[in-house]
Amino acid sequence: MEREEKSGESEKDSQKEAEKEESRKIVLPGDYIADKSGRKVWGGAYFDGEKVFSKVLGIPRVGEDDISVIPLSGNYMPRINDRIVGVISSVEISGWMVDINSPYPAFLPLNDAVDEFVDTERTDISKFFDIGDAIFCKISKVTKDKTVRVSMRSLGARKLYGGIIVKMTPSKVPRLIGRGGSMINMIKSRSDCIIYTGRNGVVWLRGENKAKAIEAILKIEEGSHISGLTEKIEKLLGKDIKDSGESEKKSVE
Amino acid sequence: MVMAKTDEKLIVKGKRKDGRKPEDLRPVKLELDVVKRADGSSQASFGNTVAVVAVYGPRKLYPRFLQESDTGILRCRYNMAPFSVDERKKPGPSRRSVEISKVTRLAFEPAVFLEDFPKVTIDVFVEIIAADGSTRVTGINAASVAMAAAGVPMRDLVSACSVGKVDGEYVVDLNGIEDNNSDADIAFAMMPNKDLITLLQMDGRLTKEELMKLLEMAGENCRKIYSMQREVIMKKYERVEAEDERGDVE
Repeated sequence: MEREEKSGESEKDSQKEAEKEESRKIVLPGDYIADKSGRKVWGGAYFDGEKVFSKVLGIPRVGEDDISVIPLSGNYMPRINDRIVGVISSVEISGWMVDINSPYPAFLPLNDAVDEFVDTERTDISKFFDIGDAIFCKISKVTKDKTVRVSMRSLGARKLYGGIIVKMTPSKVPRLIGRGGSMINMIKSRSDCIIYTGRNGVVWLRGENKAKAIEAILKIEEGSHISGLTEKIEKLLGKDIKDSGESEKKSVE
Repeated sequence: MVMAKTDEKLIVKGKRKDGRKPEDLRPVKLELDVVKRADGSSQASFGNTVAVVAVYGPRKLYPRFLQESDTGILRCRYNMAPFSVDERKKPGPSRRSVEISKVTRLAFEPAVFLEDFPKVTIDVFVEIIAADGSTRVTGINAASVAMAAAGVPMRDLVSACSVGKVDGEYVVDLNGIEDNNSDADIAFAMMPNKDLITLLQMDGRLTKEELMKLLEMAGENCRKIYSMQREVIMKKYERVEAEDERGDVE
């Protein structure tokens, strides 16, 4: 990929600034975003000759090396290395089919799920995962024709016992997580829940105050475009939990 | 609303039956999210013509033999409600609705990135709940907005309008009575940013010059409709704030 030499900086800087300014806007399918100038075009963007357009309703990202559009709606499309919450939909001979909240099902091979040696002739592998079990896993492979493979060989991958599942729009998941995990950590600490957030829009949670946590998640889903959302959620989760936490502590004392 | 043939003059002193000038559109109303459980939905009304569109997908496609391993498919269904016309329409598909379903699909196929979705389908349901001419273009306009809202990747929005020749004059956005008594009428859809036509149907007789003139008018009005489609989607998301990074999971 060619990149232009960094000459005539001030001019280019102002151009970049303008592009950055532009990137705050919302684009619709067919909207012109920027000139390609040797940059990589991916995500919700496409190019026609030298010009880059949007494919979807979303927010454009114009970077130094790449141009993309973050969609604001749409179903989950599996991407490699995404960490997701899936539900086992069927048990096969040497693996499992996993529902990943996408039009495409995923396959979890036995050797990517279990560490010990398993003799498939003699073992019923449903003892590891059975239909309906929720797992937190990683997408390990996506082929061109969207055959998806998931793996449990990743940090934090595990079977999720009990708990309940909440679904939200996949494109709003980053909003739920917040910058550096600020939002989700707040929900976790204030509701005293264990929460696993899948990139595919499936959220698994378990804990005492899960009703509060679900309320917060649904609120984020509903108002993901409102600024100052963190404060609103803070208010919603509110003092009462803190108070109840304190009173609990007191009672323990 | 009289749909039958009439001998009356439809354009008197440069004004049409409903008081419009020949080059005017009827009052347009577009609305988003009218079907709660759909991935994207909209309602469009052009005068008395009302279309409700629901878009589902991309979603799994069954029966499996319909699946294409290198591309997704688009399925459209155009249906008129029995109560949408003066005399009750027999429910269910007809020769006419099958044709319109097909041309609706063909109007969108060049716009949608179907190659991004191998083996799956995008389903578009167009229900005409009140019909007063130009139903197929109303359906296409609504479907375009609904698909954009559903997050379907497209090269451009599709905008459509009807034009025709009534009482020897060129008119835009024909209503029911004009449609039934026109010398010719054209259903037209295009991708306004790309300047590409995706639907062109004509009923009646026109000379080449007349046709070119009408196409020009159609293009002009499609751009007007495009800006309305834009506006309705933008209104919903105008305060969207960008989230900078894909935050860390867990």
